[in-house]
Amino acid sequence: MNESVKKPETLLKVENLKVYFDVGKSGAMPWSAKRVLKAVDGVSFELKQGETLGIVGESGCGKSTLARAVINMIPAESGRVMWLGDDEQVGKDLLSISKKETRQIRSQMQMIFQDPLASLNPRMTIGQIIAEPLQTHYPKTPKEEVINRVKQTMVKVGLLPNQINRYPHEFSGGQCQRIGIARALILEPKLIICDEPVSALDVSIQAQVINLLMKLQKEMGLSLIFIAHDLSVVKHISTRIMVLYLGNVAEVSPAKELYERPRHPYTQALISAVPIPDPFVEKSKEVIELTGDLPSPLNPPSGCVFRTRCPKATETCANQKPPLEAREGDEDDHLAACFFSD
Amino acid sequence: MLIDHEKSQALAENLANQAEVQGRSLWKDAANRFYHNKAAMAGLVVLCLVVIFTLVGPLFAQWDNEEIDWNALGNIATAGAPSIETGHYFGTDELGRDLYSRVIQGTQVSLMVGVIGSLIAVVIGTLYGATAGYIGGRLDGVMMRFVDIMMSVPYMFILILLMVIFGRSIFLIFIGIGLISWLDMSRIVRGQTLSLKNKEFIEAAIAAGVPTFNIIVRHIVPNVLGIVIVYATLLVPQMILTESFISFLGLGVQEPLTSWGVLISEGAGTMSYGTLWQLAFPLFFFVITLLSFFFIGDGLRDALDPKDR
Repeated sequence: MNESVKKPETLLKVENLKVYFDVGKSGAMPWSAKRVLKAVDGVSFELKQGETLGIVGESGCGKSTLARAVINMIPAESGRVMWLGDDEQVGKDLLSISKKETRQIRSQMQMIFQDPLASLNPRMTIGQIIAEPLQTHYPKTPKEEVINRVKQTMVKVGLLPNQINRYPHEFSGGQCQRIGIARALILEPKLIICDEPVSALDVSIQAQVINLLMKLQKEMGLSLIFIAHDLSVVKHISTRIMVLYLGNVAEVSPAKELYERPRHPYTQALISAVPIPDPFVEKSKEVIELTGDLPSPLNPPSGCVFRTRCPKATETCANQKPPLEAREGDEDDHLAACFFSD
Repeated sequence: MLIDHEKSQALAENLANQAEVQGRSLWKDAANRFYHNKAAMAGLVVLCLVVIFTLVGPLFAQWDNEEIDWNALGNIATAGAPSIETGHYFGTDELGRDLYSRVIQGTQVSLMVGVIGSLIAVVIGTLYGATAGYIGGRLDGVMMRFVDIMMSVPYMFILILLMVIFGRSIFLIFIGIGLISWLDMSRIVRGQTLSLKNKEFIEAAIAAGVPTFNIIVRHIVPNVLGIVIVYATLLVPQMILTESFISFLGLGVQEPLTSWGVLISEGAGTMSYGTLWQLAFPLFFFVITLLSFFFIGDGLRDALDPKDR
């Protein structure tokens, strides 16, 4: 980032967010132990205006839960989510505001979902679908203006406005995702959470949707939280990337830095597994293989959660949880949670 | 507001002038499939004819349903037989009353019982079930246990008791039928709601800040309506049967009003005296109406739920 450019303001600051789920007792008896699933276990990050934070990690590592907890769709156990400012006077803690305030603030943050067709109500026309947030937050908007706004938004995401009366099942997956994006954009929010928005699309459509998102981001100054498990997609769109493992942050760093110098062994393994579209390079590439599966979040390993699959694990890893910190002499926005990071 | 605002507005206006494409809704698709189902369409036609008959029929009647034909009385088997000359198209009943008028009147009552019963079921059952299923948790538990309790009450016994205490009236039948008809419906809707609740479009609505009541009405109800409609059409004959059963026991509507159950009961009582028409005519309408409701219900299920065929 150029120094002369005004430093962007912090939009969202998440501190030590924890999301636990009660999954019932291990047995039917009253004395059997209660079990708690730690889906997100102390995650902190910061998102600036106009930035994109990519969140990656394998299935079940808490990506979606984290995103939903941030906008208070899933109740969090503890932590703070500061919206539009760090201190209590300016900003708001999304986790402690009233239901009514939450509803109001939802107009400034929207969500895009993984399955484009399932995220649209099959009984509504796409005009009704796209207009819904507008009519919810500004119910007095005259009908013509609603239709106008819907059509403008449709144009903006690359849909033909004369299709306004069609139904979701008459569109392709990519178009459905554009409808979802239009619905998220109509209120001109500050933050859009994209929960694997391209995983269900084929590769050429993925590129279209991602380029559309980036274009819109530039035009409207949006901040994105972009969840994916495809590293090359995330690399393309993100300013910063956060790698999650079993509800914990493994590493968080500017996108380019993460690819060039990954520090956490888990990130290294992930990046080494990204295929390179050149058969000769691909063949000579060394892939770090991880053995085993993701441990159960019901019973996470002690200390560093990654130690059971880590090639560098030692006794220290089992006893202590590594703090998320920058390496000395490094830029201080590249953080990794590993005792032996390189 | 937006970058490119003017440009996009110009484009929007330009494109707005083009004809808007009319979408093909799921309802329209279903209607199309329904129109191509011969049995269901035949059922619909028969049902329409029955309804038209109850509306237009009285115009051709020469006797009122309360009037007693003193000429026929005492000699029902010959003088009360169906004939055009005497004006008793369907003959007379045991008391010399015109069966044609009585069948029309009975059909009206029975259809009304069926339709109102299932309307109550649709409105109360759908909202109740959708609320319980969507909100879930403790409220769901309380609401569904209430349904369980209502279901375990021997309602026929209660209904008969009510009739004995408050006297026989058609109003009481509506109350009695209304009280029980929505229970099954609410269970069905709750089950459907539970599976809809985790769909992403519901989540999208929550994320957009849509209030709970609007989510239920706008997103849940239209999506369970298909199943509700199917069940409602199958509920109509069930309601008619219930009413007929009560009437057959002699606890239904009050004279001179009548219903299919009453007519069939009376007709069955005089079967052996050579006045078979007293059973045949009400039974004929009863059977064809019930059959057509079943065919329509089947057709609707195939039309609304093409995957389950």
